[in-house]
Amino acid sequence: MSLTKDQVEHIAQLARLDLTEAEQARYAQQLSAILDYFEQLQQVDTGSVDTMAYLQTGDSQLRTDEPHPGLGIDALLSNAPDADARQFRVPPILG
Amino acid sequence: MLTNLTIFEIITLLGRGEISSGELMQAYVERIQQLEPRLHAFLTLRLEDALNQADVADQQRAELSRRGDAIPPLLGVPLAVKDVLAVAGMPCTAGSKILETFQPPYDATVVARLRAAGAIILGKTNTDEFAMGSSTENSAYGVTHNPWNLERVPGGSSGGSAAAVAARMAPAALGTDTGGSVRQPASFCGVTGIKPTYGRVSRYGLFAYGSSLDSVGALARDVADLTLVFNIMQGCDPRDATSGNAPQEQMNIEDNWSSRGLRVGVPDEYFGGGIQPEVESAVRAAIQTYQSMGAEIIPVKLPHTQYAVPVYYLIAPAEASANLARYDGLRYGPRVDADDLHHIYTATRGALFGRETKRRIMLGTYALSAGYQDAYYGKAQKVRALIRQDFERAFKQVDMIAAPVAPTTAFKIGAHSGDPLAMYLEDIFTLPANLAGVPGVAFPVGLDHENLPIGMQLLGPHFQEQRLLNAAHRYQLVSDWHKARPAEASILG
Repeated sequence: MSLTKDQVEHIAQLARLDLTEAEQARYAQQLSAILDYFEQLQQVDTGSVDTMAYLQTGDSQLRTDEPHPGLGIDALLSNAPDADARQFRVPPILG
Repeated sequence: MLTNLTIFEIITLLGRGEISSGELMQAYVERIQQLEPRLHAFLTLRLEDALNQADVADQQRAELSRRGDAIPPLLGVPLAVKDVLAVAGMPCTAGSKILETFQPPYDATVVARLRAAGAIILGKTNTDEFAMGSSTENSAYGVTHNPWNLERVPGGSSGGSAAAVAARMAPAALGTDTGGSVRQPASFCGVTGIKPTYGRVSRYGLFAYGSSLDSVGALARDVADLTLVFNIMQGCDPRDATSGNAPQEQMNIEDNWSSRGLRVGVPDEYFGGGIQPEVESAVRAAIQTYQSMGAEIIPVKLPHTQYAVPVYYLIAPAEASANLARYDGLRYGPRVDADDLHHIYTATRGALFGRETKRRIMLGTYALSAGYQDAYYGKAQKVRALIRQDFERAFKQVDMIAAPVAPTTAFKIGAHSGDPLAMYLEDIFTLPANLAGVPGVAFPVGLDHENLPIGMQLLGPHFQEQRLLNAAHRYQLVSDWHKARPAEASILG
């Protein structure tokens, strides 16, 4: 399994990561080596594994659907890199 | 020295009025100020606050005693918290530049419970970025040094917590374990740590990495202290839906608990390959100790162990790639400005995530991408089921499994830099417990010829922490390895 720099660039864009040329080259080489090692998984016979068997046993506990007080807008905005009028501010997304 | 006291000793002396929380905290503050420049165990310290809170705790104790009211169990006891758990009023960076400016406005459930029990948080301990690593070398804020040998890593990702406890900068600390991140640093630093059953401890306020694997645990000097802290942290929390099935119980460790008839499984798969001979011999000697106390030692097979590395390093990065999508420069942390929204995302994430974090996001994104999902993520999930079945089968034969925590003692800082796969392979003995969701307790069972600690782990069936803690406590009643500590000269250089 050998990843090309183009593939690495494609994955990086899917993951919303700007990578430098040097990073692309390094990740192409390292991820290829890692994926090569992972090929051994294909030897394992999983034909008899129920596709749902990997889920944790036991049910998740769901709470009743009732509103509870949250942290409040001021607390949530306190870490925002840019906020205005009690909202997060970002560049316009509609032309 | 007050910093040598265990939590049990602290509580006894505070209760008798022989020491005050203020004196105790002063001793910890001095200890931290002396050692922190050598070890870099902490990312945030709040020592002034801690001293003030200790005085308040003393007043509270006097007031409660006067009224004849119950004293909270950890009143005035200092603790350290790994920097992936939210503590209101303190920064929480997760070891990452992308959260450099972040101050969570809330406490993680485990932190809230410990604070309600009277504990005082000294500060936040160093970690690999988003808990992704086995050495703290992936922290964006520099490596923590192992107090036993400053040229060695403390293990990771809870390496700051392990170093702090080993160096007597905190009597106990919180850690998290997604693939061994409590047990391996506990082993490398010679302290006792617990990785609970998946679902035993609330993750509310833990910065998510691999959600089907993440667990919150703790590190302390011995099993007795660990159990005390763990009992306060654990239990169902409506804010974490995965914690709902945990039995409502308190762990009791008993000095007269007998290991007679205890069936201890020893898996061949954990003693092969590149294991350091001294690690093997120390772990086998500890197993022998159980045998001499009446336990039955039974060979067991965990045949899919060798696949734990590829399975984990597909599933955990896949989950991480989704969990870390939230770090986009809009709502918290610094933002790298760009002309449009898309480029704010890519620029902020590209500039502020570290190397290993980007590597895992890439790996996970690839494993989940169109055309590859069945071959990688899907296959890994199926092999994970087989790893889990290995444990289920073994636990029909035995009560617990005894094994080394890591193939080697603490490695040198920089030993695996540039070779991520070599670093991943270090995790081979800790990953299976996370993949199966079973609990583990790690504790020291020896020192190698370079005076570096060797750890053993006991793994048990789901929700059998009580039995593991009792068995580990039994060992600590007849052995002194947990009392071994790094020489002051090795820390101070």
